[in-house]
Amino acid sequence: MKRLLAVASQGGHSVQLMRLKPIFDRYETTYVSTQRRTGMNRFTKIIDANRNAKIRLIFLFFHILWIIIRERPDVVISSGAAPGFFAIMCGKLLGAKTIWVDSIANAQELSLSGKRAGKFADLWLTQWQELSNKNGPQYGGSVL
Amino acid sequence: MIFLTVGTQLPFDRFVKIVDAWAYNHPEEEVFAQIAEGSYIPKHMEYIDYLTEQQYSEVFNKSEVILAHAAMGSVISSLMASKPIVIYPRKASLGEHRNEHQLATCNKLSHLDGCYIASEPEQLYSHLGDLRSLHGGSISPYANQDLLETIENFIVRNA
Repeated sequence: MKRLLAVASQGGHSVQLMRLKPIFDRYETTYVSTQRRTGMNRFTKIIDANRNAKIRLIFLFFHILWIIIRERPDVVISSGAAPGFFAIMCGKLLGAKTIWVDSIANAQELSLSGKRAGKFADLWLTQWQELSNKNGPQYGGSVL
Repeated sequence: MIFLTVGTQLPFDRFVKIVDAWAYNHPEEEVFAQIAEGSYIPKHMEYIDYLTEQQYSEVFNKSEVILAHAAMGSVISSLMASKPIVIYPRKASLGEHRNEHQLATCNKLSHLDGCYIASEPEQLYSHLGDLRSLHGGSISPYANQDLLETIENFIVRNA
């Protein structure tokens, strides 16, 4: 069975991630987030960090790298933000297929982590048709 | 009960202050607030800096109306639980966020059943004044079929 790694930071990012649960249930999925949500059966906890906390961010990066080396996922999928970007980058470099679903909150422009994730995401998605373009993210539905 | 949440990332004093003022005038309504270490301390409602996830679920489940900043976690959770949500966006121009995406999000959410947008205090008061007429929306428990298929097809073909 294919192994999935589903990564999101807290709050809206992990709520959006769990809207994809029917997919996760078809594979051997490990969830990575700051807090376990109902339905996250195999779960690894990470610290909360964003770009305003550089040292935590460095720690988070190595933790995510370690998780990917340990889990060897076939697919890494994330709805944001910083931990998701790290996971997509490390996942891509270690040979996984990578999927970025930019948060539905970004209706005018992609999030900063979403823009950066584009370089490493095999499937790069925005949830707004207006934001999709040929060289940028695709639109392929939304969590709502 | 009414649940006011400003999330866990940043305080939102301007919002807490107006709801506190409303609570002063409506002692008959129970209001509980998560204020994320805001410097404005509510005087007319119960509050806490942060709820744990379990406490959050308890308060959320007990509440009839949710008041929140324009955060998708609160919005989606409210829609899924069929609770009305009144959204008061943060403004980057007032130093409440890094950019104005909450205003943009609000414009996009305004058509959703069960979401009530208040960009100014007057609109917030007007929604609160009509508390019993607010109704919850309804959405399916999962993402739309397009997104599920896009992702599933990608995995099947590529991984």
